[in-house]
Amino acid sequence: MEFTLKTFIFYGFALMTVASALIVVTVRNIVHAAFSLMVTLFGVAGLYVFLQADFLAATQVIVYVGGILVLILFGVMMTSERFDMPIQVKGHIERGQLFLGGVIALALLMLLLTVIANTPAWKNLTDDGTELPPTTARIGELILNGQFLLPFEVVSVLLLVALIGAALISRKEVRD
Amino acid sequence: MENFPLVLIISSIVKILIVVHLLLIGVMVMIWAERRVSGWMQDRLGPNRVGPQGLLQPIADGLKFLFKEDLIPDHVDKPLYVMAPAMLLVPALVAVAVVPFGSAITVFGHEIPLQIADINIGILYILAITSLGVYGVVLGAWASNNKYSLLGGLRSSAQMISYELTLGLGIIGILMLTSSLSLRTIAVEQGAYPWQWNFLIHFPAFLAFTTAMFAETNRLPFDLAEAEQELVAGYHTEYSSMKFAMFFMAEYMNMIVGSAVTVTLFLGGWHFFGLENMGGPVWSGLISFGIFFVKTAIFLFVFIWVRWTLPRFRYDQLMNFGWKFLLPVALTSIVVTGILWITTNSRLIVGIGNVVSAFIVVSIVASLLVMKTPKPAIQDSDNRLTPSALDAIE
Repeated sequence: MEFTLKTFIFYGFALMTVASALIVVTVRNIVHAAFSLMVTLFGVAGLYVFLQADFLAATQVIVYVGGILVLILFGVMMTSERFDMPIQVKGHIERGQLFLGGVIALALLMLLLTVIANTPAWKNLTDDGTELPPTTARIGELILNGQFLLPFEVVSVLLLVALIGAALISRKEVRD
Repeated sequence: MENFPLVLIISSIVKILIVVHLLLIGVMVMIWAERRVSGWMQDRLGPNRVGPQGLLQPIADGLKFLFKEDLIPDHVDKPLYVMAPAMLLVPALVAVAVVPFGSAITVFGHEIPLQIADINIGILYILAITSLGVYGVVLGAWASNNKYSLLGGLRSSAQMISYELTLGLGIIGILMLTSSLSLRTIAVEQGAYPWQWNFLIHFPAFLAFTTAMFAETNRLPFDLAEAEQELVAGYHTEYSSMKFAMFFMAEYMNMIVGSAVTVTLFLGGWHFFGLENMGGPVWSGLISFGIFFVKTAIFLFVFIWVRWTLPRFRYDQLMNFGWKFLLPVALTSIVVTGILWITTNSRLIVGIGNVVSAFIVVSIVASLLVMKTPKPAIQDSDNRLTPSALDAIE
């Protein structure tokens, strides 16, 4: 494999993603973990860019980094009395739990490795200098004219239901 | 590497250097302008001693900040405390990369577009990067380990999340008519004359977008995150020296970038009565850059003007305004624009329909609110409204 500027940047993003993901699961402070998760999600967005999925990358940053994670941080700061309390496991861990967790993690790893091994061509589509058309137009066509109209609508109705449910649960009864 | 011709690399580096320096100088000029304009509005002088008309005052301030002791309090969370100002400054600097600040310049036979990177999803990129700005505020507030800081950070994050929705929804009407997410295409499509620009076609969306932008930059009337009377200085209470200055630079940089984006999206970018096409290939580029610069400067003046005109919102007013007025207006604008554009295909009818529908929606919401007659969550004990008299710099 030739070593170009692109591969250099790619490994930079990959390292960023993996290292910060490791920090997320090892660090004791929950706000540090959340901050590290932000770096992870950002690195994944960078990897999406390398896969020519620019729309997905931007959406990833808008939805996960700018939306969900901020809400998590907000929730942590707003709700818990001692938000700077270190995360710790209370009591001892059962053997069975360790075993089950290990099996699930291993199965996931095997699944991902199979997908990686079975993907035919790992090459950058623009390496030969051709410029791809914008992905947004294609996504829009597929969602609104094509085969993904029904799933799209089903997902949006599901999200609407979740939204109304959240509003109903958090709403206080107003008596005047 | 053959995909990267030398001209592209050199021109990109030159453009980046020019834009970043313009931003930094712009911040200094804005700080000076803010103090002078506020002085003018309040019938006093403002800084006028250092250099002609006090123009060198920001440089003196900058030097003062640089040479002050960099104090890090004992009780802070050090890594996040140090990182927070940068977390706020970097998104502001990075977002400007996709803003087209002019048409194109032809140098030595190469046409160089006046934009650092014209990416297909330009406007999504801007939304993504600006949504990162909230981290600087939240982490800085949390890391300071101070109740006033934390309160300011919480307010700020709630406000930014709420108004980000309006910010995103406000531009969808434009995207439907332009059918592109690239900022350059949006600017080019708008044509040379003011009545072709997007702010007339999407007038309610323009107002909603601009208001949301004011809220995103944490400026008065939306500066609850740093309400001096209530929270000392809000999220940057514990910061001093250059770190404090970086918070301020980020705020002003966000204003400049926000103005540039608004000019591109709604106010015709670098177009002005065909003036941008005068002169040769070099001059037309420079003139278009000049037009864009002047438009951005005028919009920045509006920022200052609003700050020293309107008093601060109360927190429940802020949330009511964002969720019950701005969001419905932005949503209606999307529906109306879509329906009218498909059925009539006329920009004039879309523009009229948008204004009429926004008027109807606002009246409905207002009458609903009046009928319910909600008691204010926070009682106003004294009716005096005191606009922040503290100068931002001091």
